Amino acid sequence: MSENIAKAGRHVNQSEGLIFEKSSPGKRGMELPPLDVPAVDAAKALGAEYVREGVEGFPEVSEIEVVRHFTRISTWNYAIDYGMYPLGSCTMKYNPRVNEFVARLEGIATEHPYQPVELSQGCLRVLKTLENILAEVTGMDAVTLQPAAGAQGELTGLLLIRAYLESKGNPRKKVLIPDSAHGTNPATAVIAGYAVENIKSDANGEIDAARLVETVNEDVAALMVTNPNTLGIFEQNISEIAEILHARGALLYMDGANMNALAGIARPGDFGVDVMHLNLHKTFSTPHGGGGPGAGPVAVKKILEPFLPTPVVVEKDGKFALDHNRPKTIGRVKAFYGNFGVLVRALAYALAYGPGMRQASEDAVLNANYIRKALEDVYELPYKLPCMHEVVFSDARQKKNGVNTMDIAKRLIDYGFHPYTTAFPLIVPGALMIEPTESECKEECDQFIDAMRSIAEEAATNPELVKTAPHTTRVGRLDEVTAARKPILRWKPGQ
Amino acid sequence: MYPTDCRYTKEHEWIKMDGAIGTIGITDYAQHELGDVVFVELPQVGAKIEAGQPFGTVESVKAVSEIYSPVSGEVAETNSVLGNEPEKINQDPHGAAWLVKIKLSNLTEVNSLMDAAAYQAYIAEKQKETSA
Repeated sequence: MSENIAKAGRHVNQSEGLIFEKSSPGKRGMELPPLDVPAVDAAKALGAEYVREGVEGFPEVSEIEVVRHFTRISTWNYAIDYGMYPLGSCTMKYNPRVNEFVARLEGIATEHPYQPVELSQGCLRVLKTLENILAEVTGMDAVTLQPAAGAQGELTGLLLIRAYLESKGNPRKKVLIPDSAHGTNPATAVIAGYAVENIKSDANGEIDAARLVETVNEDVAALMVTNPNTLGIFEQNISEIAEILHARGALLYMDGANMNALAGIARPGDFGVDVMHLNLHKTFSTPHGGGGPGAGPVAVKKILEPFLPTPVVVEKDGKFALDHNRPKTIGRVKAFYGNFGVLVRALAYALAYGPGMRQASEDAVLNANYIRKALEDVYELPYKLPCMHEVVFSDARQKKNGVNTMDIAKRLIDYGFHPYTTAFPLIVPGALMIEPTESECKEECDQFIDAMRSIAEEAATNPELVKTAPHTTRVGRLDEVTAARKPILRWKPGQ
Repeated sequence: MYPTDCRYTKEHEWIKMDGAIGTIGITDYAQHELGDVVFVELPQVGAKIEAGQPFGTVESVKAVSEIYSPVSGEVAETNSVLGNEPEKINQDPHGAAWLVKIKLSNLTEVNSLMDAAAYQAYIAEKQKETSA
């Protein structure tokens, strides 16, 4: 490991077992005082069929054992609060602490979704204000905040397209998806009842508009485009693509997972997008990973508004209400009003940073291009266009020494960084997909660049070191193949 | 090394004809690029599939990849062995790990596919490209 790379830390415990293995009979977290009232017979009170004698295999441990167990294994995690998390296409950016402050305000944190509308005016205002901001940022006409993640947003978007086309008399049969789109898009189209037709990217990694003209016919319901695409490249012909689709009655769906490259700079609504989702846990800085939870609001043009999920927050004479009476709605897609606590955090971010959103996008693009220039002499760059918020290299040069993208990613762990995204997008064999986000300062980017250059050097001079990495973690190369072929999904007593 | 009685696609599938029935699998190059295969999803018998369109998926530890049909037709049989032993695709991609048998709707479609020599040249070119 090169000398100018300092490691941030080590795992404090390298051999913590399962909590079940710590169990011994009779241990408990809390000792209650003896009853000073007559005992109630649970079987009599509830009915014998509802009384459980015990839970087989349930761990019996003390409170401090539980605390230590989870604290120790938490130190095996990697987190954005620990260091750079350059997962491409995932946007693991910083979650500003002001978001947490606002979400914990008493008037927000203690609200209940069953409270009457009259007593929920503040929460409804939060929702309406966020909807307006997202509509403004995307250049769209209306927004639903219900979907709980990007993929659910995609499905909601396609169901809106289907409902709209059905209202025109024909839902159509196919959805077109470029090979540079997000991996969830084809699954979404199939679940929405469409057949998927793939479109190949051209030599620049963009959609070939001339070929698209031949592909779009009366059977095509929509094209799902990720823009910037998974190569981190902006689809320069996007307006023309929208026109081609619209001329034949098809709609343009945009996967907004990469909106953090555009926010404050370009608006999808202005370049012909009819419906899109946003990932608040990406662009709008809410927590990501570990269940987040996510939020995938969907923004639409006027023509799709009547079909939005219910209830819709409406404002009249300074008062907010929930409109359930929308005859053309596709119905509810999520209980209550979406992941409300996450929506609050996104609003806090938008209000705290406001016009600064443009600079966030610019810095995200700048950081990715800085890394691109700093590494392009040691890692193969298959698509040469300037990138947006992420850059995709390939392992072609390192492969000559038997070192592939997975090996380089594992070695990066030894340098104290979370790995980048490996082997995706599929159009780049052996892809290294890197997204620094705007959160990283120049010094952190430089450390990452030093690590990557150092690994490239190792791959040339000592490939074995890279192929057997990581060397500093509790466990190294796990048997992913057996885990995938014969998964053991839960601990069982006696195993 | 690629069987000469088969035809090949740019997406790395092979097809071997027997009358109107074509047996389809993925090539050794494809299994090598995928790495260890852990799951295979195949269409139902009777399903209609179209040339150039995906009809199933192969999942490896690296990625989920679609399998594109070299020809149009109807699925006559699928290889049930792969459900429990997806690793067969890595071990014997041109033999025991065939994926589906298709009853072709247009026999001439096969003629436009690459023969073994052309496919060999195609992947040699591809390997040169990616290691350039």
